[in-house]
Amino acid sequence: MDFISILSIFVLACFVGYYVVWSVTPALHTPLMSVTNAISSVIVVGALIAGLAWGQTGANWLGLAAIVMASINIFGGFAVTARMLAMYKKRER
Amino acid sequence: MDPANLPPEWVMMRHGTPPAGVLIAYLIAGVCFILALRGLSSPVSSRRGNRFGMFGMLLAIVTTLLFYMPMIGSDVVGVPEFPGGGFGSNHPDWRLLGQVLAAIAIGATIGLVTARRIAMTAMPQLVAAFHSLVGMAAVLVGAAAYLSPAAFGIADPGGLIHPGSRLEMGLGVAIGAITFSGSVIAFLKLNGNMSGKPILLPLRHVINLGTLAAILGLIAYFTQDQSPWVFWTVAALSFAIGFLLIIPIGGADMPVVISMLNSYSGWAAAAMGFTLHNSAMIVTGALVGSSGAILSYIMCRAMNRSFISVIAGGFGGEAVAGGGEAIDKPWKRGSAEDAAFLMSQAEQVIIVPGYGMAVAQAQHALREMADLLKKEGVAVKYAIHPVAGRMPGHMNVLLAEANVPYDEVFELEDVNSEFARTDVAFVIGANDVTNPAAKTDKSSPIYGMPVLDVEKAKTVLFVKRSMGGVGYAGVDNELFYRDNTMMLLADAKKMVEEIVKAMG
Repeated sequence: MDFISILSIFVLACFVGYYVVWSVTPALHTPLMSVTNAISSVIVVGALIAGLAWGQTGANWLGLAAIVMASINIFGGFAVTARMLAMYKKRER
Repeated sequence: MDPANLPPEWVMMRHGTPPAGVLIAYLIAGVCFILALRGLSSPVSSRRGNRFGMFGMLLAIVTTLLFYMPMIGSDVVGVPEFPGGGFGSNHPDWRLLGQVLAAIAIGATIGLVTARRIAMTAMPQLVAAFHSLVGMAAVLVGAAAYLSPAAFGIADPGGLIHPGSRLEMGLGVAIGAITFSGSVIAFLKLNGNMSGKPILLPLRHVINLGTLAAILGLIAYFTQDQSPWVFWTVAALSFAIGFLLIIPIGGADMPVVISMLNSYSGWAAAAMGFTLHNSAMIVTGALVGSSGAILSYIMCRAMNRSFISVIAGGFGGEAVAGGGEAIDKPWKRGSAEDAAFLMSQAEQVIIVPGYGMAVAQAQHALREMADLLKKEGVAVKYAIHPVAGRMPGHMNVLLAEANVPYDEVFELEDVNSEFARTDVAFVIGANDVTNPAAKTDKSSPIYGMPVLDVEKAKTVLFVKRSMGGVGYAGVDNELFYRDNTMMLLADAKKMVEEIVKAMG
């Protein structure tokens, strides 16, 4: 991908982010933070590439450390978000 | 033969631009993340949204593993005789794959155990800790890309990294490092390992601006010269500035800080996405970056403070002069029995929770009290100020944890007009967000901040530990001395439990 296509994706995604986040109800701002935490750990993709780089021991170890950190975030972030969301209940009538 | 010692021509490594299938998989992952945030527009759709997020992440991880796995064997390299001995042909490099899967398993275990055990009152600390991990992961990935650019497909055959990639890498590492050290300080402050008081270094603005300028200058220079000292100095200075930026910010401004760090963690992911040309990372980075920026804006607006003044720090010390002489003014003290009587006679009670409720863990007792009131036919509502607590939405989560239905919980602008028609406003653990001085006293540091109009209720019951303390803004609250205010001086949880007993 050339720089301009990547930049286009980025700029359009910023607009999507702007409108989507304004539509989040304030009651769910804490789950919003924990789920954004989890998804920003998609950086694990870079960590996996480093961890799998053949014959690059230095990059492997850096990658493995990054994979552990990102995985804590991914699993912890989604799990704690799910735990919080399960608590939001409507009034029983 | 050990696969690590194989001659490179026997191994197929993939880098450069992945095929369309892989790119489409990353795009789908990005779309899933958008849907995950979209779901949060209501509690009903949020759980499905979260599952979209999980699916997107799984897709991104599996795609990466399948595509970037180095393959060893004769077929993959098109050579008939494979010297690998007992390996057979065409298999992944088991050692690398095993290491990577083990790393995922370790992280998953730590993450899941933490998510299960963490107390809801400790959510702000947990989120800060999570931010620091994203930041550190970005730094590590940046360092790996710097050391092995060929593996990421960002260098020419001579090992020279493309100048554009150096710029993106430098920015990614800098933002990641700031996110890491800033979040560590935020964590220590929120977790109580470090005082919430601002730490003010002399000349701090000069030091901070100088360091920032040095980082930007070095990143610009990095595009011309990829020597190790440039890269590592950028990283080291960025770690330092993250630390310096957060230490002068006080406890009450933590909702802004934590939102801002949320935003940074997004921009770090986006910068790494630019480096790796990965659409899932770019889309996510943009989403998370905007999300944190919007939350910071909402928090600043709710405190009527500019973003710059929050970042400059120095606000929110716990003990500030000025509250002292006011304590001599007359005020009324009430008992749990008085409170129980007043509330059970009321038609409508609005409960205003704040950080003090979280500290005292009073949310469960509070819900019990509300249940008893409802049984007596009293209408009960909860009013939440946007900056109540230590992070956006903190109070809502605690009330949800105590089984308070979310349709009884209202935001400031939706409930404020109701106080005039309410018999009792029950303020528990909140202070500055109820201070009428924000509307009338131009000299007050909180003047102009939107506040809950609790004083318009017929009676205000104000639960507070003692008369001496002031709120985080360090200002006295004239609400305490009004004729319609009754002070309930006790630990929030004990007071509510006593009220429950008095009602029963």
